[in-house]
Amino acid sequence: MVEVSSLTKYYSDFRALQDVSFTAHRGQILGFLGPNGAGKSTTMRIIAGFMPATEGTVVVEGFDVFRESHEVRRRLGYLPENPPLYPDMTVSSYLKFVARIKGVPQKQISATLDATLERCSLESVAYRLLGHLSKGYRQRAGLAQALIHNPPVLILDEPTLGLDPKQIIEIRSLIRELSGDRTVILSTHILPEVSQICDKVVIINEGRVAVEKNLEELTQGRTLEEVFVDYISKDMKEKETEGEEHITLEDPITP
Amino acid sequence: MRNVITIAGKEVRSFFVSPIAYVVLTGFLLLGGWFFFNLLFRFTYTLTLYTSFRMSQAMAGINLNEHVMAPLLHNLIIILVILVPTITMRSFAEEKKSGTFELLLTSPLTINQIVMGKFLGCLFFLFVMILATGVYPAILLIFGNPETAVMASGYLGLFLVGATFVSIGLLTSSLTENQIIAAVSCFVILLLLYVLSWPADTTGAVAGDLLKYLSVIEHFSEMVKGIIDTKDLVYFLTLIAFCLFLTQRSVESSRWR
Repeated sequence: MVEVSSLTKYYSDFRALQDVSFTAHRGQILGFLGPNGAGKSTTMRIIAGFMPATEGTVVVEGFDVFRESHEVRRRLGYLPENPPLYPDMTVSSYLKFVARIKGVPQKQISATLDATLERCSLESVAYRLLGHLSKGYRQRAGLAQALIHNPPVLILDEPTLGLDPKQIIEIRSLIRELSGDRTVILSTHILPEVSQICDKVVIINEGRVAVEKNLEELTQGRTLEEVFVDYISKDMKEKETEGEEHITLEDPITP
Repeated sequence: MRNVITIAGKEVRSFFVSPIAYVVLTGFLLLGGWFFFNLLFRFTYTLTLYTSFRMSQAMAGINLNEHVMAPLLHNLIIILVILVPTITMRSFAEEKKSGTFELLLTSPLTINQIVMGKFLGCLFFLFVMILATGVYPAILLIFGNPETAVMASGYLGLFLVGATFVSIGLLTSSLTENQIIAAVSCFVILLLLYVLSWPADTTGAVAGDLLKYLSVIEHFSEMVKGIIDTKDLVYFLTLIAFCLFLTQRSVESSRWR
């Protein structure tokens, strides 16, 4: 379970997040949507404990990300936007290294490694250098890294980015298979993906949560594209009426 | 401790699977070998000169420790000033650039463990480099009779200076994500530490003493002469601990920036 409450993040003067709150429950796959630069990656980095928020708290499995960071990091698998791979390591030595630093007991490492390689279909490339792998395999190695210590919470930042359709389908079914009794938060640009695998949707725009709802509740017969555009433009309008300074897309250029 | 060893092991592996380790080792041994050859050749030349002129008093004044080992160790330090930045420049800068830093910082590791792991990894490589230069004193021992204890003291000094250089390199690497900036700034600091005592004789007593105390080479010279003084050991260990502490702070603060 992941509870995010009133996160605000400033990068010096730039406000990346403003009062972001949502909750993801165990067994749920939460789809995290938003236009480019909306603050998706920032939110995920904060949840994963990579950097602190300016204000607000995140509680993962009952532990506070800031105060009990160590406990949270043991229970969390995180796939950043760019898979964190060492190009000069082989897939298996890399995963062994990750297993050790994630605290997998020494005796279980080889069994864990085999299981993870199989789960992510990486057996055929286990002894190849990460730097020589194709984008699809690199992404899968990144995913394997996130789940090698069998964490109850998975944070996946655009897990299907740059994959071909076949690989996308494989990764999707892997994520669904993984969800089980885990909490999964994934961000993506691909809306159909969300309607296929997610239970819950959070849409953020310009650092603020535009909507947090279960999938069926949200769409009600409409496509997710319509809902998405609807909420984003509604959010823009609300912001305008608040009198805040920003560039709107609908500036009148009428003749 | 297990985590420290894991990080150090990974660091050592990444040296030896990339060409860097071999280029650095080859360069180090090539230059070291040239210096050794040159010093030894000059030593035998002087010796034959003295013998032919029957200058027994002058002959008694020259020995392998002072005329071959000491200048050789001083020359090796200069090579380390140039090569250590290339060993340490990757340590943090590359992780930051390639995004693997996110993996380390979101793993259940403490920052102390990461810094110590990196330090021990680089230190191991330095140890291998210095070990490889062991052929020079070995040759002297086989064909001559230098004093072993003095050589050992000099080697301890070499290793301590190298370790100090490594800790400075880690610090500069942790401050940037650009490896070239890390290497150049490390090189500048190392060279500065080396030449710091040069104006010491002309700057007056207090400033001179201070410059001499801060310069690595003054402490190293003592050890090369065979004098292991706690004062010098304290200097090296304090400098190493201070740089590692700053590195830890710098890594910690990179989250907040």
